[in-house]
Amino acid sequence: MDSRGLFSGSFSIKDVHPAILITAVFLVAYPSFATDFFIFQIGAYSLILGTIALSLMMLAGYGGMVSLAQLTVAGLAAYLMAILGDNSMGVMGLGWPWWLTVIVSVLGAALFSTFIGAVSVRTEGIYTIMITLAVAVAFFYFVRQNYVLFNGFTGFAGVEPPTLFGIYWRDPVPFYYLTLTVAVGFFGAVYYCARSTFGLALQAIRDNPRRMRALGFNVTLHRIVAYFFAGVIAGFAGVLLVWFNGRVSPGTIGVDVAIDILVIAVVGGLRHPVGPFLGAIAFVLLENFAIDLIDRERFNMVIGTAFLLVVLFSPDGLLGLWNRFRDKFRFRGNALLGDERVSKNDPTSTGSLEKN
Amino acid sequence: MGKLKHLLAATVALSLAGPAVAAAEDIKMGALATLEGAFTALGEDGLRGVKLALEEFDYMAGGKKIELITGSSDASPDSAIRAVRKLVEQDKVQLVIGPLSGSEGLAVKDYAKTQPNVTFLNGSSAAQDTTLRSPAENFFRFNTEGAQWMAGLGEYAYNEKGYRNVAVLAEDYSFPYTQVFGFLEPFCRLGGKSAIDARFWVPIGNKDYSSVIAALPDDVDAIFVALGGADAVNFLTQYEQSGGDLPLIGGSITVDQSVLGSKGKARSFVVGTPSAGPVSDTWDDPRWKEFVGAYQKAFPDGFPSPSLFAHAYYVNTKAALLALNEVNGDLSDGEKKFREALSKLSFETPTGMVSVDERRNAIADIFLTEVSEGPDGNLLNKTIKVIPQVNQTLGVSYDKFLEYGQVGRENPTCG
Repeated sequence: MDSRGLFSGSFSIKDVHPAILITAVFLVAYPSFATDFFIFQIGAYSLILGTIALSLMMLAGYGGMVSLAQLTVAGLAAYLMAILGDNSMGVMGLGWPWWLTVIVSVLGAALFSTFIGAVSVRTEGIYTIMITLAVAVAFFYFVRQNYVLFNGFTGFAGVEPPTLFGIYWRDPVPFYYLTLTVAVGFFGAVYYCARSTFGLALQAIRDNPRRMRALGFNVTLHRIVAYFFAGVIAGFAGVLLVWFNGRVSPGTIGVDVAIDILVIAVVGGLRHPVGPFLGAIAFVLLENFAIDLIDRERFNMVIGTAFLLVVLFSPDGLLGLWNRFRDKFRFRGNALLGDERVSKNDPTSTGSLEKN
Repeated sequence: MGKLKHLLAATVALSLAGPAVAAAEDIKMGALATLEGAFTALGEDGLRGVKLALEEFDYMAGGKKIELITGSSDASPDSAIRAVRKLVEQDKVQLVIGPLSGSEGLAVKDYAKTQPNVTFLNGSSAAQDTTLRSPAENFFRFNTEGAQWMAGLGEYAYNEKGYRNVAVLAEDYSFPYTQVFGFLEPFCRLGGKSAIDARFWVPIGNKDYSSVIAALPDDVDAIFVALGGADAVNFLTQYEQSGGDLPLIGGSITVDQSVLGSKGKARSFVVGTPSAGPVSDTWDDPRWKEFVGAYQKAFPDGFPSPSLFAHAYYVNTKAALLALNEVNGDLSDGEKKFREALSKLSFETPTGMVSVDERRNAIADIFLTEVSEGPDGNLLNKTIKVIPQVNQTLGVSYDKFLEYGQVGRENPTCG
């Protein structure tokens, strides 16, 4: 949680913040006290959405590139799972073994993401959003119209995870741990990546691409590689998504859902990899329970208002809200340190829309 | 640490238990409809149907109070599954009414198979395979589906109107496929023709029909149009403007009130268009009139007359309530008795008698209508004929019907 120790290079168990331990214990113990509904539809689904948003957070937070096509990348992986593996629609379904299908789907998604990166990295800010939005919309209409490969409007159903080690991986508890493993793995990878040479170079490029170019860095290549890594993350999330839903259709990757992913990342906070997961939990809880709070015709207003309030009072999302809250109640010295860090990071915290 | 975990567990458990506090004796009914997205207005009308049925029974069935819990989807199968899963697994409803649209219905049927202790009644979804192929034991559909709705229209177009060769214009997804199949199957069996390359499939929400209009062949007698809502209005306006003069044949939602009520020249142009569907606005039967009266009284801000969505949700809800009355609200033993009662149920609806076949799909009356001009200049659908008790296999045996194959762009081939 604390980025001050980031660059020291040393790491010991004593540095682990108690909050991290509590969170870890909570996440592992969660299935022991939650109902199946909360394990599967709230827990696992939040983790999947969080992972997709994590790939966006990595691009936007560290690379300064807001891509609306991350869901499209995940969607391609989901479609590849249905096309190369098994489905119940009688279209495609080549029946490859599950491990090969997963590998090819994730790689396919990563290559697709690299391609999106290649066509969009020379643009900045709003133009990156426009290009990636165009890719997302084009892919949405393509899969809806294409019947030979993508089975058009209906899409695919009956896509199931394998039964492995005697466990059916779509049962709530195993599936929850599967998504948790993937999410935590990528969380750690992104966290580590931010401290690696590559990650530091990427953040420097975000802050001042011209200077980095003058220093001899290949700016374009760094950005494209970032898209590749983001594609791997989104691809895995796409595989989990199709296993979660058991199906994939154009509605899964519609523009409204792509914008949900952006909302999740922004509401959670783009400054730290935990942000997207916070955003995803808030989003999934609201999506499921807003309808119980208010008249059925107005429940989308509750969702919108909640997100509006978060963004209004904390431009860096739930994460920033928490930081502010913490800083207020800390010892004076610590508070000063915190403020200093917040202000140091501020230009990045509002995402990449602001150019430096 | 342990204490903290306990505390967390307690907090979570509390928050989980929050919304679902009700007397144990109440029966919980979930209703799933599209309350967001493009079909919001239709979903809301569907829920009006549910409420109308519940109010008729005073929210009581089998001596128990009915608690209604609403779920919302945006017409995509994913969202329907998420909403129905919340109703069943979180709110613990014992029966579900819904969903609204075709692909949702297929998805919910698959989900129903994983929840053998809950009974699902369809809302208004009308895809054929929801009940035709690999049906779920606990999924009932007391409304008819897209192919049934076309009953009698193919014969009428061939025999009465004298059409021999038709072009087809429809949206490119499962529901219009089902409608096209339902129309063409009898039409082609009688000797009519509809070439594959004279069938045009457009995406939902298509705005520009000029290329389709330009490509329409000259040698056809009529166009079968299965478009809904704004798509239908757009096509009719553009076809009229381009000087088109071919007569039309309408799908079940092509010439409904939302299209006929629109302003402009397209209105006069559709007079004489035959169509068929599960309801007819102007049927002068007392049962239907009573239903319309009750709807208008209960929902002054609803549509002028209940849509087929309100009707379908109403019929399915009423079936559930009647069956609950029959078993005295006994839902024990995996709701076995309740399902038996549902299977044997045969009851009077605003559109005639309804019962279900062995795959739990409705057998009901279908209305053949024709657009005509009312006394005050308004366009309305005049009831030509009531086709009694249409079943899902359209009169042939189940095995023979399966040989026709799955509905799609090229079924039937009809060359």
